[in-house]
Amino acid sequence: MENLNHNLWGDFLARKDEWKKDFKRGIRHGIPIALGYIPVSFTFGLTAVKGGIPLWITILISLTNLTSAGQFAGASLIIANASLLEITLTTFVINIRYMLMSLSLSQKITPLMPILKRCILAFGITDETFAVASLEKKEITFPYMLGLIACPYWGWALGTALGGIASSILPQALRNAMGIALYGMFIALIIPAAKKARAVSLVVLTAISVSSLFNWLTPLNRISGGWVIIIATVIAASVGALVSPREDEEDE
Amino acid sequence: MNKILMAVFLMAVVTYFTRMLPIVLFRNKLNSQFIRSFLYYTPFAVLGAMTFPSILYSTGNLFTAIIGLGVALLLAYFEQGLMKVALGAILAVFLLELWL
Repeated sequence: MENLNHNLWGDFLARKDEWKKDFKRGIRHGIPIALGYIPVSFTFGLTAVKGGIPLWITILISLTNLTSAGQFAGASLIIANASLLEITLTTFVINIRYMLMSLSLSQKITPLMPILKRCILAFGITDETFAVASLEKKEITFPYMLGLIACPYWGWALGTALGGIASSILPQALRNAMGIALYGMFIALIIPAAKKARAVSLVVLTAISVSSLFNWLTPLNRISGGWVIIIATVIAASVGALVSPREDEEDE
Repeated sequence: MNKILMAVFLMAVVTYFTRMLPIVLFRNKLNSQFIRSFLYYTPFAVLGAMTFPSILYSTGNLFTAIIGLGVALLLAYFEQGLMKVALGAILAVFLLELWL
């Protein structure tokens, strides 16, 4: 009996260590995302409050929505006194891309993960947390996702509050410079993977070409950013899947 | 005021459901090789589309953005990790902004 207790206790401690390790790893990966979020949410707070939305509601938007394009669009529609239907539909269209990301993440977590945990971590899926999480080599665990989401969530809220309170807390030069943080992080994710696999380079170059076309070609550049990401992703990932299909057990 | 709160509530619900439904509904591994491959390449496609050309407009100045992009590419090529690459790009842009 004592032996059994000892084993259970040891098992519990081992699992607790595992939990902590994954959570800390998530936190570490989340810090650069949070840094990148601050200038973006700062701008959001600034424009929303300037547009006439009360400060506390502006912060509430960031705490409950946690999305950049959707919030900017939603806030500008609120300011323009648009109908609730219009606001709802626009938010949906801009955020359709999350369905793709959520589907992709469903393949990276254990099928055994209970629904409640899935519901909790789903809240923290953003373009950036998705990209970082899905490039993890192993299966993604619940504590890892909690850690990954924590700093970006509070960074997003903090930036919104600061932006809403004052426009000149950070010097302009630093705010401009911080605008590049997220992209620096993306590049750090893309380049090493592209160096290793030619198919990945092909996918990235295809996506970049499509998004450039939509940015610079005259009739195409009227399409909103959320759509461009969806279109570029579907085209580029299809090209990758057709040119270089993955074997079942290839996990990296 | 109530209408604004209602709008915020609807935005939050719609945004949450787009994130929550697929991950809750798809509880098993998908079988189709095409879909599995497609989903494997999805993050790289999203990252590429999000980064370029948006990075060129991220600092409010095309010149500093291009230098920042170059610094990030260089650091990433030598596999310096997320934080170093992000901070390196910020530092490069910040110093240029002060100098310009």
